[in-house]
Amino acid sequence: MEKVINVTAAGLGGQGVLKITDILAEMLFEAGYDVKKSEVHGMSQRGGSVSSEVRFGKQVFSPMVPEGESDYLVVLDETQVEVNRYKLRDGGVLIAPADVPVDQLANKKALNILLLGALSRHFDFPEEQWLAHIHRHLPAKLHADNDAAFRLGRA
Amino acid sequence: MAEKMLVSGNEAVALAAFDCGVLRGTGYPGTPSSEILDEFSKLGGTAEWAPNEKVALEVAIGVAFARGRSLVTMKHVGLNVAADPLFTIAYCGTPGGLVIISADDPGMASSQNEQDNRRYAIAAGIPMLEPADSQQCYDFLCRAFTLSEQYRCPVLFRLTTRVCHSQCVIERRRNAAPAPAVKYEKDVKANVMIPAFARIAHHKLRAKLADIAAMNDSGDLVFETAGNTDLGIIATGISAMHAREAAPEASLLQIGLTYPLPMGRIRAFAAKVKRCFVIEEGDPVLADACRAAGIAVESKDEMFRFGELNVGRVRRMLNHDLSPEPVRPAGKPPQLCVGCPHRRTYEVLRDNQCIVAGDIGCYTLGVLPPFEAVDTCVCMGASITTGLGLRHALPEAEARRVVSVIGDSTFLHTGINGIVEMVYNRPATGHVVIILDNSITAMTGMQENPSTGRKLDHTPAPKVVIEDVVKAIGVDHVDICDPTLDREGFETILKQRLASNDLSVIIARRCCLIAAAKVRSYETAAKEEK
Repeated sequence: MEKVINVTAAGLGGQGVLKITDILAEMLFEAGYDVKKSEVHGMSQRGGSVSSEVRFGKQVFSPMVPEGESDYLVVLDETQVEVNRYKLRDGGVLIAPADVPVDQLANKKALNILLLGALSRHFDFPEEQWLAHIHRHLPAKLHADNDAAFRLGRA
Repeated sequence: MAEKMLVSGNEAVALAAFDCGVLRGTGYPGTPSSEILDEFSKLGGTAEWAPNEKVALEVAIGVAFARGRSLVTMKHVGLNVAADPLFTIAYCGTPGGLVIISADDPGMASSQNEQDNRRYAIAAGIPMLEPADSQQCYDFLCRAFTLSEQYRCPVLFRLTTRVCHSQCVIERRRNAAPAPAVKYEKDVKANVMIPAFARIAHHKLRAKLADIAAMNDSGDLVFETAGNTDLGIIATGISAMHAREAAPEASLLQIGLTYPLPMGRIRAFAAKVKRCFVIEEGDPVLADACRAAGIAVESKDEMFRFGELNVGRVRRMLNHDLSPEPVRPAGKPPQLCVGCPHRRTYEVLRDNQCIVAGDIGCYTLGVLPPFEAVDTCVCMGASITTGLGLRHALPEAEARRVVSVIGDSTFLHTGINGIVEMVYNRPATGHVVIILDNSITAMTGMQENPSTGRKLDHTPAPKVVIEDVVKAIGVDHVDICDPTLDREGFETILKQRLASNDLSVIIARRCCLIAAAKVRSYETAAKEEK
């Protein structure tokens, strides 16, 4: 595969934006892709806009997704959809809270994993593989809630 | 067999430092450099947070005088603080490997300026390496130590925000040259910079730089990617990655050792291509150097001096596209956390119409609504001293409203000097300094500092007690309060002190909300250890 695939995740500080790109990047790396992941984590304060990018393929050069070339844009907060829309390419896939059954979430904090579940439908990895990587990034007591959230998004 | 890993540039630097047997890592936290020493410590390396960058560099110089390998980390503006030892250690050189990390922040993701620290390499006469990705962070750091030891000179290692924080796949090679054993040899002509010795040392330094430049022309720190001869790109650092993507057909010369430059290689490369373009972030340092050497190169237009580069901007640079760059919707800015102990303090300062000389830290966010309480912010430690200047200059009624606000870590960094100034050159109206003590270096990611009572690795350490320090220097009053719990008490003291001609320090003490749980876990761990 020559083409580099670009995934951007965006939201607000504290929502777990970086968590889902960590999970995704690690899984792609272990699957043998060249992977680069980029974000600016400057100030540690909460609540500001956060955006994180994962690029993968046979060989990736710049760690930053060129503007308007994201194949997938996952947005965790509705207020951040318009702010980030310019990053998506024509025909790219937008995944936002409005597209997933947020009201069925048992644990509202698992919204990031719910959206990751929705994103996972576009990738050729089995469910167990996703869940194994999710588990590595979350404490055991949260596994059940996040498994449910992931399956809800993937369904 | 090499291990493959997906790591950030900062993690790669830490891995290389560990694999090179660095004897001690020193530094002061500063975005984007802060994670290096934490990661190095987690790997088992010995690392410390110094009170400031000058101290960090000087401790590292001592280690290198003992022939130990030492690594110093700081953000770009930290090198300004460390500039005094920097310029003279270039003359001395050290028997041990000494590598100084300068993490620059083009685009100012989290900084007060976007100074280009390649200028320091030229000004001080210190070789500089600039990696483009995590793999080069690992490989170049190992190489920096052998370079430093071979030429007996410190090496500057310039990272940028994207290189520090982007994760890339690396091979951890673990084949670094072993660290030499520690050994002290007295050598006053090299290590004591009295004028008679320094004059000789300066000549030696210039000769050394000429040798390194010659080595760079045939050395292992310049990388050429063959392409067509219509366009040749010369690039440094992450710009090389953007360039490969923006112009995949072009020939590329990536320079890893960017000072002293490999002018022979550059000249030969430029001669091979019809159009030779320099792609660099920040100041036109490389383009100017090429032109000064008589090499005809094209370079970016002035508008691209500002901010970070990316693939799109490099495409525009190559086309000399001067049309205005699209303005993208602003995201939501960060703010003081809900429940942040600084909030109440700022409310009181705002409500009392204080003129607030601010400083560097989370509390700089007090400039934004709903507080809008900060009037100035220049550099680390400047709150106390600029506040004193305002007190000296303003008419009495306004002078009385001036308050300096500084955090605990920033106070110990360079704020102490301001208290000495205040006691020595006292303004007629006195002064009020508020130390916002949230008991952690919060903004850069919850690092320890000399007043937390814990070392870099969060184990117990002797504690520098801020109130004892300011009392000992000789201020008239030291009050400790918690404005979150007792707003009224804080406001009463503040008004009283502002009305007097006394020198007053008010310590507003309450642990950072985000750090509190971590601090409790460190304290529990320390108790269990006993």
